[in-house]
Amino acid sequence: MEAVIAIAIGVMTGAGVWLVLRPRSFQVLIGLSLLSYAVNLFIFSVGSLAVAAEPIVRDGVPGDLAHYTDPLPQALVLTAIVIGFATTALFLVVLLALRGLSGNDHVDGREGGP
Amino acid sequence: MNAAPEHLVVAPVLLPLATAALLLLLEGRRTAKALINLGSATLGLLLAIALLRHVDAAGAAAFAVYLPGNWPVPFGIVLVADRLSALMALLAGSVGLAGLLFALARWQHAGVYFHALFQLQLAGLYGAFLTGDLFNLFVFFEVLLAASYALLLHGGGIERVRAGLHYIAINLLASLLFLIGVALLYGVTGTLNMADMALKLRHIAPGDLGLLHAGAAILAIAFLAKAALWPLNFWLPPAYGAASTPAAAVFAILTKVGVYALLRLWTLCFPPEAGASAGFGAPVLVWGGVATLAFGAVGMFASQRLARVAGYSVIASSGTLIAAIGFDAPALSAAALVYLASSTLAGCALFLLVELLERARQVEVGPTDTDDGRDELPAFFDAEPAPGINLDDEEQALTGRAIPAALVFLGVAFTVCAMVVAGLPPLAGFVAKLAMLQALVALGRPAAWVLFTLLIGSGLLAAVALMRVGMRHFWTPQERPAPRLRVVETLPIAALLLASVAIVVQAQAVLDYAREAADALHHSARYIDAVRAQQPVHRAGTP
Repeated sequence: MEAVIAIAIGVMTGAGVWLVLRPRSFQVLIGLSLLSYAVNLFIFSVGSLAVAAEPIVRDGVPGDLAHYTDPLPQALVLTAIVIGFATTALFLVVLLALRGLSGNDHVDGREGGP
Repeated sequence: MNAAPEHLVVAPVLLPLATAALLLLLEGRRTAKALINLGSATLGLLLAIALLRHVDAAGAAAFAVYLPGNWPVPFGIVLVADRLSALMALLAGSVGLAGLLFALARWQHAGVYFHALFQLQLAGLYGAFLTGDLFNLFVFFEVLLAASYALLLHGGGIERVRAGLHYIAINLLASLLFLIGVALLYGVTGTLNMADMALKLRHIAPGDLGLLHAGAAILAIAFLAKAALWPLNFWLPPAYGAASTPAAAVFAILTKVGVYALLRLWTLCFPPEAGASAGFGAPVLVWGGVATLAFGAVGMFASQRLARVAGYSVIASSGTLIAAIGFDAPALSAAALVYLASSTLAGCALFLLVELLERARQVEVGPTDTDDGRDELPAFFDAEPAPGINLDDEEQALTGRAIPAALVFLGVAFTVCAMVVAGLPPLAGFVAKLAMLQALVALGRPAAWVLFTLLIGSGLLAAVALMRVGMRHFWTPQERPAPRLRVVETLPIAALLLASVAIVVQAQAVLDYAREAADALHHSARYIDAVRAQQPVHRAGTP
């Protein structure tokens, strides 16, 4: 499972970085989204990857990470998803505004350049 | 226990949040919104002053710790105010109030949600300075950044949107790096509380050191990008130059948030007693700061427009601060804190002056710039004197004219501002630079001499650059109507410059305060003990 998660994070990060470096603003947006998915998965995995383990303490089960999954990264991921969603939506609005004002979808608002 | 000081730490965060919510509900009532915003910003500044006095009165144990959720320390979020936080909160309040006063003249009408966004910006700033929890710091960073994205776009126009797109993309990437760094540090230490983390870092297994250093470095890159370290700072001059004036004035403190986070976490996590990771990354901070200072100084020298000069001066002050932090010497950090205060106030005033000076120039070139199709140079002599002008005995126009008061104000304000930014005596920038130079001589390392030379050289370049801009704005024009200024526009500039003068007049008190703040920073055990000793409150009726 660790390998699958690691490969998933790596592929999304690689694709995200490549897209962020592209000149079209929509590509940058998708790249930022992919990067934020990768980061969210990464935060999720730092706690401890466990199958069918829950973060709620039960009577009679020792309270360590061998028996539970860490609840804190899940809370962090929720916060990060909400913030990332809001800021990406804001970026989308600015992207559309630049598209409308400049008439093209280059990140600099004009084709060519240095 | 008296309730007032207890909740004083959380009040500067809650007040702007509540005000922003209230302002969203007031649809279209401009005067009411402006008054509420002004009242709240003033109250926030007073709260910051009260916090500073409260912390300063407590002597060496100057930590006000507050548990917002009343959970015991490593588990819940914690707010901590020490001398550094209180100073930063005071600066944020001053800069915010100055920007708001300026905006009341005209900029507040350029967008519907200006007042609410402004209060959210202040909430993010106060929160980032007061929190003692790493993830909470991320949340407040995002609050202040989200507000700054919108404030940067305030007023509209393609220049702002283009600069805003770049600014948002860079900051989103930096935020993602921030998250990766936080996640790695949490994975290594199992805590997000800064004090608890600093304590656990000292007993880390040798096998985890690589992961810890990678996490810390990634986190530092996020802070350094926000603090405009070279080569992560190419976004800054266009963004700050394109922002509307009140927004740019408040942005003068945004880079200082990155510097603050760096100073706080670095002194806490990697002090000399931290064993294998003591002073981790210090050379990067020193040489990165030096390169940033050089870049900022050359940028100021190469810029023509005043807004660009002001943007590069922000970069130069950031570089100075980062390099000074990297030396990890209490005397230098104390001097750097004074420099931080003076450069933030002067930078804010400079951004406010930009618009007034540009307006003066537009009044002059605007109407006479029309081409009448005859394509001849305007006559310089033998021309009819303008009607109504005073003539002397030989029917020649009198050259001496009274200088309008508005122009006098602009000239004096610009000169004072330039002197503070360039660090010329006798104003605040000079006191701070002198203290830094003294501390650098006492250090005597080669890197210290490089910074010593650059501090003097960058001051010279800044003085020349600002003098050149001043000459272009004040001396070149021959005939000009006086620019029209409103009192609310001149008031914040005068207040900011008076604050710079007050730093000089009270130099000993300011230096003492900064010395104690730096002393507390460099004895991180005090911070850790103060936070860990805080117990949840038990009230009657609760278990």
